[in-house]
Order: sequence, then structure tokens, then C-alpha cells
Amino acid sequence: IKEPIISLLSLTLPTESLYIRISRPCFLSPNRKLKISSFYSVFFHFFSQHFSALAMASNNGDVKLIGAWASPYVMRPRIALNVKSVEYEFLQEQFGSKSELLLKSNPVHKKIPVLLHNGKPICESSIIVEYIDEVWSSGPSILPSDPYDRAVARFWAAYLDEKWFPNVRAAPMAATEEAKNAAVEQLKEGLALLEGAYGEKDFFGGEKIGFIDIAFGSMLAWLRALQVMLGGVKLLDEEKTPGLCKWAAKFSADPAVKDVLPETEKIIEFAKLLVAKIKAAAASS
Amino acid sequence: MAKEIKLLGTWASPFSHRIELALKLKGLQFEYLEEDLSNKSQLLLQSNPVHRKIPVLIHKGNPISESLVIMEYIDETWQHQNPLLPKDPYARAVARFWAKFIDEKVLWTAFKAYNDKGKEQEDAIEEFSQQLKFLEGELKGKEYFGGERFGFVDIAAFFILQFLRVLQEVKEAELMTEEKYPVLFEWMEKLQGNEVVAGCLPPREKHIAYVRARRAAAEEAASKTKAA
Repeated sequence: IKEPIISLLSLTLPTESLYIRISRPCFLSPNRKLKISSFYSVFFHFFSQHFSALAMASNNGDVKLIGAWASPYVMRPRIALNVKSVEYEFLQEQFGSKSELLLKSNPVHKKIPVLLHNGKPICESSIIVEYIDEVWSSGPSILPSDPYDRAVARFWAAYLDEKWFPNVRAAPMAATEEAKNAAVEQLKEGLALLEGAYGEKDFFGGEKIGFIDIAFGSMLAWLRALQVMLGGVKLLDEEKTPGLCKWAAKFSADPAVKDVLPETEKIIEFAKLLVAKIKAAAASS
Repeated sequence: MAKEIKLLGTWASPFSHRIELALKLKGLQFEYLEEDLSNKSQLLLQSNPVHRKIPVLIHKGNPISESLVIMEYIDETWQHQNPLLPKDPYARAVARFWAKFIDEKVLWTAFKAYNDKGKEQEDAIEEFSQQLKFLEGELKGKEYFGGERFGFVDIAAFFILQFLRVLQEVKEAELMTEEKYPVLFEWMEKLQGNEVVAGCLPPREKHIAYVRARRAAAEEAASKTKAA
């Protein structure tokens, strides 16, 4: 990336202030001198940043994500894109309405997240994460390489989506105390299973976050909010799920995650709005 | 070689049929173990403790559950013959999308459309019709969902739709007809004409009788709980 910039600068600048051989790599032998005045070094720095961003953007193509900050499903591709260091435009939907772009991009489900890569839509959060992993294959891998390990990762992601997440939604919405307790029991059972699946390493994916971490961890803010909203129920329990407690702290602190996972307080506020909206809709129908 | 691969399944389950076909397409020898779901084997309970469901593939002693997960495993492990998923990441994402759509939406909506009553059934019938239209639209202009050759989505969809046709016969309904969905019906006929595919289907009359018996038992159980 730096070479074309150097050649560009060497054409426009007085040669006395610039001694760079463009055929050489950045480290120069002691016989060559590298001399850039401070003004040009700032200019150079700005230019190279801009150029490298453009170069990266043109290499990655146009990447947009339709979503919303509070949605755990949306957090998944956001984390995945961060893992791959892919810049993207985050198009946030307005709460309570669906944009034309969303309806056009996901006519079947009309749901977020939708990844738009060079204008082509990819829907369903786990499918988007796999797509990101396959397209940006030079970045850190999200799915393991061994087919059996991949099957295990996909199994747990499917379990979370089909069996576990519905209870996260059901618990605060439960009409009766009985129903609420049943949902909480299901959640605890699921967490016990996940505790069993969590190994010795820092993450489900091993040394770094992987597919299961993203699938499960995307729910962490909601899980923490739920504990508060249900009056201090311990879902992540130091005694019963010590591994998951340790994992949760590590996951939240991961560079790919920390700006994506919202604060528990914000989710609690949002959840109240959402529950009110759903109850109002149910009452009017 | 056959001992290396075991498939735990049931003759009537479309999910089980998917795996049978995937293994046959890859030219693999396998041991098929018929499960009695009213009396599940130790092997099944050990291999799929989370769901206790079939199909389960056991390869070199390692169990894999969830039919779409199993299909991807088969495709990745035995890459040389009859690839099920395309190579291009975007095409793969699209294939995975439609397979998921069938499992998460179409099947459950269809159950409601055929089995429910009143407004719930009406809504489900409307939704099911919309879903079939989406599938019809995706298939239009192509030989198969997979393009020139049938693949992941075809396998996922075919057995489910065949099962739904059996259910339709039992319920004497007419939600899926050739008039309404000509493209889907032409595609189903093409696959039925394929020997390997057809070989994974149970005998139709037997399947109808079985589903009829199951529906009768379910309805009786439901009316008993209502009366109680």
C-alpha cells in the first residue's frame, strides 16, 4: 500500500526533502537515507491511512448491516465482522417500524439482521456469521477447521436458537408465575448443558472466540438483564456454572465484543419498552 | 467399512430420509438402525442426550445430531462425490437459508394448516400458501433448487414436502395442489423419478396408514385432555 503513495509523493515533492527508494522495502540499509520533513510525514501518514482504508474497503467490497443495537441476533454478525476487522456501515432500524430496505432485502422473514455485501442480502444471523467466516477466510477463523468440531459448533448454535433463546423471551412475558418458573427452569437446564460443553480453554472456540461463543455470547446482555428483571434470579451462578461465569467475563472483554455488547441497564430500559409494546399489541388484537 | 458409519433413524421420518439419501449420494456404506421411538435405544439416548431424537449419525463412534448439521458434516467429510452445497459462499448462504426456512417455518405452519381448527387454522393456511409461493419462486427457472443438479435444499425440501402430501391425504385437504404450485410439483415428480431418491421414500400406502394412525391417536389424546 505504501509504495504507490511514495511514488506519488516523489513526483510532487522537491527531491531534496525525500530520499526513498521505492524498490526497497520499508527497512532501509544504512547507506540509504530516509528523510521526510515533519509536514510531509503528517501528510504522508494521513494519505497512507486514507489509501489503506480505501484499499481495504475496495478489497472487502461494500459491507452494510441492517440491524438494531439491542438485538442479540444482530450482535452476532457485528462481532464476526469485528473478528475479521471488516469495516461496515451499520444501518439501524427505527424501533417499531421496518425500513423499505429491510423489507426488500428480507421479504421472507422481514427481520434483522441482514448483511448486504456488494448489494446482495444474506439473512439469518448464524448463516450470516458462516458467510462472514467463509468470505473473509484470511482473518481469524470463527468456525473450527475439523468437520466434527464444526458439527458440534453448529449443533450448539441450533440448540440455542431453537430451545434456549425462546425461554429468554418467554420468561419476562410470562402470564403466570408458573409459566415464568417453567421458563427459568428451562434456561437453567440449558446453562447446565453449556457448562458441560465448556472446556478447559478460555472460550468455547479455544484460545480465541469462535462460533459458539458468538452464538451464545450475543445473548449475554439480555441474560444479565433478565436476572435483574426477574428479581435477582441467578442464571449465571458462581456455584452451578463457574465456567460460564469465567467465560462471560472474558467474552465481554474481548476486543471484538466489548463495543457491541450493550450495558445491562440499557437493555433493561429497552426490554421494558418492548414488553409494553408487545402487551399493547396483544390487548388490541 | 459399514461399521464406521451408523445411522439411527425411523422409516417414516423425513429427517431420517434426508440422511439416508445424503449417505447414498456420497456412495457410502452404512449400518442403518431402526429406532422404536416409544422405546428408545441406549445408543440413541447416549448419542443424543440433549434432544433424544433421530436422525443421529455415528461416525467412528462420534455422534452427530440435527439433520441439517449432519448433512453439512457428510458434505465436509466426504467432499469428492456429489457435493451437496455449492462452493460459492453466497450460494451456500442462500442454500442454508432455504433449508432453515423449511425446517423452522414451513413444516410447523403446515402442521397448523392441516391439523388446527378455526381462526388459527385459517391464518396458518394463508401463511403456508405464502411459504409455498416463496419456494415456488425460488425454484422457478431452475432444474432444482441446487441449479443443474439437486443438492442441499432439494434434499431438505423433498422429503418434508412428500411427508406433507401424505398428511394432506390423511386430512383430505387440498392445500398443496399441482394447479397452485406447478413448479414445485414438476420438481417433486422429477425427484420421484430418480431411483436413488425414490429408494429413500417409504411405501406410500404404508406411510399414509401410519400417519393416519398417529393423527387419530393424537386427536384422541387431545380430546381426552379437553374433557378432563
